[in-house]
Parts: sequence; C-alpha cells; structure tokens
Amino acid sequence: MPAHIWALTVKEFLALLRDKVSRMALIVPPILQLVVFGYAASFDLNHVPYAIYNEDSGAASRDFLARFAGAEVFQPVAEVNSDAQAARLLESRDVLLVLHLGPHFTRDLLLHRSASVQAIIDGRNSNTASIALNYVSAIVQGFNEQWAADHGWGRPPAMLKIRAWYNPNLLSRWFIVPGIVGLLTLVVAMVVTSLSVAREREAGTFDQLLVTPYRPFEILIGKALPGLIVGLLEGTGIVLIAVLWFHVPLLGSLAALYLGLIFFLMSAVGVGLMISAAAATQQQGLLGAFLFLVPAVILSGFATPIANMPPAVQTLTYLNPMRYFLVILRGVFLEGDGVSLLWSQYLPLAAIGLLTMAAAAWLFRHRLY
Amino acid sequence: MTQPILVFEGVTKRFSGAAGPALEALDLTLEPGGIVGLFGPDGAGKTTLLRLAAGLLRPDAGKVVALGHDTRREAAAVQGAIGYMPQHFGLYEDLTVQENLDLYADLQSLPRAERPQRYAELLRLTALGPFGARLAGQLSGGMKQKLGLACTLVRPPRLLLLDEPTVGVDPVSRRELWAIIERLVQEGGTTVLVSTAYLDEAQHCREVVLLREGKLIGQHQSAVFTAPLAGRVYMVPAGEGERRALQRSLESASDVLDALIQPEGVRLVLKEGGAPPAGAQPAAPRFEDAFVALLKPAGTGALPAAAVRRADDPPSDGEVIRVQNLGRRFGSFEAVKGVSFAVRRGEVFGLLGANGAGKTTTFRMLCGLLPPSSGSLSVAGVDLRSAPAQARGHIGYVSQKFSLYGNLSVEQNLGFFSSAYGLAGARRRERMAWALAEFELTPYRRVNAADLPLGYKQRLALASALMHEPDILFLDEPTSGVDPLARREFWQRINTLAAAGVTVLITTHFMEEAEYCDRLVLMSLGEVLAAGTPAQIRARAAREDRLHPSMEDAFVELIEQHEAGLRSAA
Amino acid sequence: MNTRLVGLMRKELLQIVRDPSAIAIAFVLPVVLLLIFGYGVSLDAKHVLVGVVVDAPTPQTQSFVAGMRRSEYFSVQTFSDIHRAREALRERRINGIVWLRGDFSRLALTAGDAPVGVVVNGVDANDARILEGYVQGVWAQWLEREAQLRGGRLTLPVDLQSRIWYNPAVRSRDYLVPGLIAVIMTLIGALLTALVVAREWERGTYEALMATPVSMREILLGKVLPYFVLGMGGMALSVAMALWLFHVPLRGSALVLFGSAALFLLAALGMGLLISTAAKSQFVAGLIAIIVTFLPAFILSGFIFDIRSMPEPIQIITHIIAARYFVAILQTVFLAGNVWSVILPNGAALLAMALFFLGIVARLSRKRLD
Repeated sequence: MPAHIWALTVKEFLALLRDKVSRMALIVPPILQLVVFGYAASFDLNHVPYAIYNEDSGAASRDFLARFAGAEVFQPVAEVNSDAQAARLLESRDVLLVLHLGPHFTRDLLLHRSASVQAIIDGRNSNTASIALNYVSAIVQGFNEQWAADHGWGRPPAMLKIRAWYNPNLLSRWFIVPGIVGLLTLVVAMVVTSLSVAREREAGTFDQLLVTPYRPFEILIGKALPGLIVGLLEGTGIVLIAVLWFHVPLLGSLAALYLGLIFFLMSAVGVGLMISAAAATQQQGLLGAFLFLVPAVILSGFATPIANMPPAVQTLTYLNPMRYFLVILRGVFLEGDGVSLLWSQYLPLAAIGLLTMAAAAWLFRHRLY
Repeated sequence: MTQPILVFEGVTKRFSGAAGPALEALDLTLEPGGIVGLFGPDGAGKTTLLRLAAGLLRPDAGKVVALGHDTRREAAAVQGAIGYMPQHFGLYEDLTVQENLDLYADLQSLPRAERPQRYAELLRLTALGPFGARLAGQLSGGMKQKLGLACTLVRPPRLLLLDEPTVGVDPVSRRELWAIIERLVQEGGTTVLVSTAYLDEAQHCREVVLLREGKLIGQHQSAVFTAPLAGRVYMVPAGEGERRALQRSLESASDVLDALIQPEGVRLVLKEGGAPPAGAQPAAPRFEDAFVALLKPAGTGALPAAAVRRADDPPSDGEVIRVQNLGRRFGSFEAVKGVSFAVRRGEVFGLLGANGAGKTTTFRMLCGLLPPSSGSLSVAGVDLRSAPAQARGHIGYVSQKFSLYGNLSVEQNLGFFSSAYGLAGARRRERMAWALAEFELTPYRRVNAADLPLGYKQRLALASALMHEPDILFLDEPTSGVDPLARREFWQRINTLAAAGVTVLITTHFMEEAEYCDRLVLMSLGEVLAAGTPAQIRARAAREDRLHPSMEDAFVELIEQHEAGLRSAA
Repeated sequence: MNTRLVGLMRKELLQIVRDPSAIAIAFVLPVVLLLIFGYGVSLDAKHVLVGVVVDAPTPQTQSFVAGMRRSEYFSVQTFSDIHRAREALRERRINGIVWLRGDFSRLALTAGDAPVGVVVNGVDANDARILEGYVQGVWAQWLEREAQLRGGRLTLPVDLQSRIWYNPAVRSRDYLVPGLIAVIMTLIGALLTALVVAREWERGTYEALMATPVSMREILLGKVLPYFVLGMGGMALSVAMALWLFHVPLRGSALVLFGSAALFLLAALGMGLLISTAAKSQFVAGLIAIIVTFLPAFILSGFIFDIRSMPEPIQIITHIIAARYFVAILQTVFLAGNVWSVILPNGAALLAMALFFLGIVARLSRKRLD
C-alpha cells in the first residue's frame, strides 16, 4: 500500500485509540452485549414457577406430578385448593402455570378412561406461554407412554417423533450466539466509521484533509481499513468465545466464515461511512447510526424470523446486510456450509458494500451545505 | 469613602488537570463607577476572574466579595444584583430576539408593568428594534453580542461583568457596543468590568487591570502603564513597499524591543537605554506598547531567516490566483456576490471583513472545498475542485479553527501531514526536525494537539501546512482569538515566508493587520467594497478633518457609504 | 407559579417546537419503532414452508395432508421423494419435512413408532419448537378424527387441556406493543433530556443562565416539566396506536396506565438529567444514554426475554432497571386488567427510583461551573 494511504490509516487508528470516549465505545458495548445476549437473551425457559391445584388424592396424580417435580425447568411454588387462589397467584405473576387435576384423576385412569388435566398459563408474554405449554405437553406425553405401557392400555395411537436437524436439543443459545457475531461486528464497524467523517467535519480537519493531494477513494480506503481491521479482530474474538465458552459447534469452513465476515464488514463500513459523510455533526452521525442499527438488527432475523414478517417488510429486508450475514453465520456454524453454498449471500453483501462506499466517497466532496 | 464594589482577597483558583493555578493569591479592589478594563495574554486568568466575581466558581483560597456579599456564601444575592455576559453569550438561537428578552425579563423577575418601557430603551440603545421577530441564530455576530448585552441589562445591574464582548465583531458593531457601555455608565451609574483582547480599547477604560499567568501585574490608569515608555517609542517613516523589509531588519536590532508595521512606517519600542535608529521620529507611547514591554518574554528577538527553500522559481509576476465574478448562494441567501480579484506571485494578499462578510466562503471556494454558484476562479492556473489531486500539493492551508487532530500528539500531527503530502524517508525526518525546531515545538512534541495553548496550536497548524513547502499558502483567520504577542510572532513568520517568495492569501477581521498585506480587498455582506494597497484603501476615507484615517476608519466609512448607496438605490 | 419558572418553561417549549431533532425523537421515532415492532416483529410463525413427502397415497394420507393444508400455520409443498425434500431442507428452501412412509395407513393407529417422519431445521430453536407444536397439533387432530370415523374415541391416558389466559389467541403483538412503550418512554425521558441539557452546556447557554437570579431548583423544574409533558404526549400517541392500529386490548384502567407512566417518566427524566450532569457534550451524553438506558430497557426489562430464565446475576441487575417495573405494569394493565398485586409493588419501585434519581440530580446540581 502506498505510504500516504497507510499514514491515513495509522492516523485513524491513533485518533480512535488515543481518545478515552472512543476507546470506551470500542470496548464497553461488545462486552455488555456479549454478556447480555449470551446469557440474558434466550427464549429457552429454565425457570417456570408453577402452582399445583390437585383435587385428587390417588397414586396416579402423585406419579403424574412427580414428573413435573423431577423436571429441572419447573419449580413448584405453591399448592392451592381453589380456583380463586390459583387465579390470584397467576394474576400477580407469582406463577406462570397452574396445573389443575380434577377429583377423579386416579379413578378415571384406573377405569381406562381419559383423565383430563388443565394447564392454565399466564399469556401476558405469549411466546413464553407457548414455550411453557410445549414443555408441559412433552411431560404429559411422557407420562402417557409410560402409563399406557404399564397398564395394558389398549391400542394407544402412535406418537410423533420429531427430529431437529443441526440443533437436536433446540437450544436457543446455538441460534442466538452466532447471531451475536454479526450484531457485534455491525455495532463495532458502525462505532468506528459512523463518526469518523462527522468528527473531522466538526473539528475542521476534514477540510484540511480535502486540500491535501488525497483522492476521495484514498481517503475512503484510509477510513475504511480501521473499521475492517477492528471488525475482523473483534469478530474473531467473538467467534472464539462462541466456540470455546458457549460451546456452539462450528461445523463449516473457516474460509466461508471469513469470506462472509469480510464482505459483511465491507457493507457495514460502507453504510457507516455513508452516514458519517452525510452528517454535518457528530450528533447527527450518532442519531443516523442509531436509526440504522435498530431496524437493521430487528429486521434481520436476529431474534425473530423474517418469514413471520409481512411481505412488504420482508422485501425491505433485502436491503439489510445483517440479513445475509446471519444466514452465513448460522449456515457455517450449525449447518456446516462451505463457500459454494453461500454465494447467494456473499454477492448482495458485496453489492451493498460497493454502492454505499461509492456513495460515501461522492459525499465527501458533494455533501449539501 | 464608598464601599468597594468588588474585592478579591488572596484568591487562588486551580483546575484539576491544569499545570499551574489559573489565579494565584490575587488581591484586587474595584471602586464603584466607570469602566475597568481587564487585560492579559491567553491563559492569564481573565475568564476565571470574571466567573469568580459572578459566583459561578468558588475560590480555593481567599475570598471574593461582590457588592458587599461573599460569593461563596451569598451567591444568590450576588447574582441578583450583577449582570454577567460570558464570552460566547448563550443566546437561545432558536428563540427570537423578543423571546430572548422575555426569557431574561422573566429570569430577572422584571415586573410586567416596567417591561414595555425597558424593552423600548434597550432596543433603542442596541438598534435591534426592527429585528424583534427574527431568530437570534440568524443575527450577525455584532447583533448577537448586542442582544446578549441587552439580555444582561434587562434589569439594570449595579455591576456588569463582560467577558470579551467585542471579540469577532466588526469595527462598526464594536464602536456601537462601546457606545452602549459608555452610556450605561453615564446614565445608570453601573460599574463595568470588561475583559478584552483589543488593546486599543484601553482608551475607554477608567482603569486597567493587567494579569499574567494568574497574577496581577498592575492596576492603574492606562497612562500610568505607558509613563515608563516616554522617550522609548519612535516612528521610522517608510513607504508601503519597504515597510516589511524595514520591520524585519529593525526587529533584529539589539536595542529594539518591538517593531510594528503602521500606516506611516514602522513603529519602534526601544529597550531601556536603547538608541533610536537614524531618521526615527519620537512618538507618543500607547497602552499596546506598555503591554508588549511588560509581557514580551525577554530574549525573543527576530526569528531565523526564511527556512523555506524555493526549488525552481517559475517566472515571477504571474497572477497566481484569479477570481472573476465569483458568487455563491446557500438556498436564498447569497453569501458571496460577484467577487473579483487577482493575486500576484509572492504577494501577501488580504481578505478583510467582519464575520459573515463572505471571506471564509470565498476562501473555501478557492481551496476547492465548495463549488461556486457562478463565476470562475483559478489557483496556480487550475480550479482545485476539478484539478488532479497532485495540484493540491502546491498549496498549504490553515483553517479557521487551527484544524488539527486533537488527540494526536504534536509529532503525530506533523508526521501525518508530511506523509499526506507524500514526504518519506530522510526528507520526511528532515522536515519534521525543521518544524519542531523552527516553531519551538520540541518541548511539546508528545503533547496532544488539543491540550496545547492556543498560540502553540496556531504554530502547529502553520507548521503542518508548511511541511511540503507550498508555493501558495491559504490562511483563514489565523490570528483570531490569539493574544497580541502571539499575533506579532505569527506575522513575523508570514513576513519571512513572503520574503522567500511564497504567495500568501489571508483573511482577518483585525483591521490593523491590513498593514501587513501588499494588497487587500475589503468585504462586507458578500461584496467587495474596496480593493488595492492599504494606503489606497485608507485614502478612500480621508476627509478634511481626518487627513490620516486608520484602516478601521476606512472600513466604517466604506460600509456607511455602501449602505447609503443601497438605500438610495432602493 | 413564579415568573422565572414560567419563563424557563416557555423557553423550553418554544425550543422543542422549533427543534427538528426533539420532534424526531419524541414523535417520529415512537411511530417508526411501533410500526417496525407492530408489523415487523412477530414470534408467531404462520405459513411456514413445509415439505410433504407421501410414499404411497391412500385416503388416510390424503386426509392428513388436507389437515395440514387447512392449517394457517403451514404452507405445504409436496415432494416426490424424501431425497429431494432433504435437499430442499438443506438449501433452506423449506423449514421442515413431513414424510408419510409407505406403511402409513397400516400403522397410523397402532402403538409404537409412528409411520411419519418429521424433520425440522433446528437452527432457530424457538421457531423450530413452534413448528413442532403445530405438527403435533395437526397429528393429534387427525388421530382424533380417524378414531371418530372408526366409531370410537381416541383415548389418551391424560388429556391435556390448556388455557392461555389474557392472550388466548397467542398474538405476540399484544405483548410486544405494550412493552415497547417502555422503550419509547426511555428514549424520550432519558436520551432526549440528556441531549438537550448537554446542548445547553455546549452552546454556553447554561453559563449565562446560572449568572441570573434563577435558582437551581427552578432550572431543573424548567427542564423536567416540559419534557414530562412531551413524554406523556409520546405515551398518549403510543397508547393510541396500540389500541386503534394494532388492536391491543386494554383491560385495566387508563388512569392506572398513565399514572404508572408518569412515575416511570419521572425516573427516566431523572436518569437523563443525571447523565447530563456527568457528560457535558451531546455526543458522550447520547452514547451513555443509549448504553445505560436504552439497551437495558430493550433486553433486560422482560419486554421480550423472560427475566425468570436469566442467570441469577443478571436477574439481580434487572432490579435496578426502571423499565422492568414499567413493563410488568404495562403488560398487566393492557392484557390482564387492574391487578393491584402487580401494580402496587412495581409502582412503588418506580416511585422509589424516580425519587432516587431526581434526588441525586438535585443534590449534585450546583449553580457553579467547577
């Protein structure tokens, strides 16, 4: 690389690392997000407090409830003996679930009749409610199989056995943690780039830069490289933590992963520089980055599937670089994808990167005053 | 005997992170009445002193008593009776003139019944009446300052504290501001303590307080300061073309303390017991002479001769910069209206005018930072906006705010700019060593640019622009906010560069700096009012009762003529 | 009320009206966020692409596939053989496979392994689990119907009857939209306030203000009251959108809703003012506000992710996040009604936080520059 462009890159690094605030912005958000997303952001339930409303005194009901007591996910909180009590516990969020066994539970079972169990679930967070219900169903199904086998129950119908590819135990963390690699590299790339031009514009040094013999694309390279390098380093760090600390399997090829990372960083850095070049002040740059980040994360499939979105919104997501990178990440981590399967994701990323960088370089000199 | 209006007793104030105290064991007593001027170089502690007096800071040691109240215990009582206008007066720019006045009337609890009369008075005083509905952000610099003053005066204060109220204000507005302050003193019996960087403003002051590095140097009438200089101030007459060379040679003379270019020649302040050169005529000492004599560090004489090498001098006398009918609009606002001028090789060419005159816009168009809306321009034969990048390697540029990378050290800044201009290897090392030595930056080499004193920031900015030895130097308000001593030193350097054949284009709003230029244009509201040598422009304002007008007189005169012309045309 | 305070508040309101970024944060951002979340974010999978492979078509397989087609949860695509379907799954063209094997009709109603092979893409665990539930549902329905056709009843030992209270239709929008109100109020209360106070420092207007007889209490009140009004305006806008655009039911009283919003807003304003006493530039203030108020309100408030399932240390941290209490009240008042056992303790926590933050701000704010 020519010395004068390298000098620009070095200057960007120095400006980034010698300033307390930007050093903080590089270190604190990644750590915070890693902890928060790695541990807190999970759809898996591991703590479902429940109340038992058991009107039956027979052995079958005890057997049935023992299955819940044995499940780690479920924590008994109270035993109640009226609907009103149950409702109160549920209302006040002391329990998520009330299991109601009627007075004839054991008798019905021993008479080879279907015994009904009522599960009342707090639906204020409907997703949590559906997951809890799935857990309850699984335990009931287990009980049914056992009971049918032990008590000569005639012709119980076959049970579905469902296999999940790539994530056999359906761990949310396997889904979320590779996503964090994308989220963090996006945030870091935005932090490094989205203020880099606006900061210089405010300080007046950008004019100083424009009167030097640098060409716009040289300034672009000098400004883009720190984002790429920092993004690559932090991305690598998170990949390591994902594999070594969170034990997420990394099945695919590293080449496919890094190719994706580089293309993704190109587009993220391009968007960041474009916002920065368009902003007159750092505040505008910050607001702009924020206004890009929030929809970019939410509409990427990071936490909720794109397929659930309305068609118009789904179309919009094709502009979002995060969307493609998340497919690459999950493909490489969990599905073992190689480079050849992922071209349909690399190409849009490269296109977004080139377009936004060209726009940024043009804006360096032509921003409306 | 009347009670003093402001007393400082052994006041010391430190700020964390600063090397020395901002004020140290300061004793000061102000008697009521009149205007007291607060002078001193950058970092003397002027602003700290005013903030302490307003009760916004607490002294670390000693005590401050304003209007009989200790500011430490009775800050509220002090703030109820004083008026304080900070350096960058916080007008709410998205509020109108009237809304700003209303706000301060509310804050000062001015009874509603008294408001109409007081508003009328203030608007008459400041001539802001016609602009009541305009947003404060859309006022010119001078009008903003007047509005700020009006806001502090909503309820007439007994003690008025003003922090550099005239900085960055054009000469017309500056005169108006002083007129307002003087009337206030006469009519209302207010005592005014005002800090300023304009040394000629000492003439308005009953008493002058001179500070340096947080210590009191003296508190006297300005005549007392100038008295010791009697017989040491001379004028060496010289024509326009020879003043710069003369100043350079006089400056290096061992007897000379200070040499300053003036309309009539070079003004000299001799060292004690020094002998005047032949042909020098005695002159009356001014406060500025005393300021320099008291504060100029000993042993700083002339700077070394030109260190800029001219490689291959192309044929001289060519026009290096040509501007024809240049115009620029921002929306409906016309910032520059049909400006034309030309700069010859090796000239020091000035763009003079107040804030908002269009100097900086013209400047940015010349440097290729802003496309013109109309007209044409060329720098060294090309338009820098469309020219190949290499063409920019011939110019050096110092922007308005000394744009440096604040969190890079002095060395890193120099290193970056030398690489940016393609210097490498031994050449780069040589130039870096030159810059550190020439601009006396060696002790600061590892200090971050943001932490440099203002005068050193200016030096570093200039050094960065000279790393690649440009043929043409663009300087945008390079002396703004810098104290008189640093400004002198700066002009010495420009002189040296010009002597070495560098073409210099410079903007400034200090009228007296016009005398350093070979030729200049005076701008106002985007138009050129006059062009020519300093003498030619001054001559435009000569009248029978004023045979030798100053550049400032000329500026005021020309603006008035221009406005009269606009009125008669309308 | 004294004239100084009135003057300050009038100034603030004029500035809000004239400052596009205040309007953007207070009114445009809420609308954008509500639209993105209301329409864009949904955990309810519908029309999931599922490949169906039928080895030997019979009336039984037909009725099963028809059952799948009837469900709004599936978008069925048929494959001629299992290899093609697996390939499609691998290439992410479908999310799951339902394979009805050759002996389906014979084995369907007998015990033991089912003649149906189901494979889902488990990468998105949550999505996969929901898909599993849907397939199970269709299977159970089909079994029951078949049993009825044969004149019998399907008898399982335990028949699980589930009732999901407060949101029987299990619409995720109904809890996301109320929770989002807490995020929006955080933005207006903390981020906007921190920015405007930092702006006064940057522009030097604070210095001029402080040298007037106005007291610190008046300066603070002059900030809190206008932004309180603005925040309540943003709240009203969000509630209106929730009720009439997204049709979220409001089962509790509006009075409780706005009362708790007022408490939360005071706590957020307190945080915003606290941030601005520490950070005197808009850039730093904005950064801190996003990191310490916005992100936690998003992730750690229980708005999307269940707090009870977080690790112990993180659960402890959530207790110092005001949004947590507000989200609890919002989801309850919207979906469950005036449940005082939820409202009172959480309201008390909000009150305590509001008093704490405003108290600290009042203590730390001095009418001095040092």
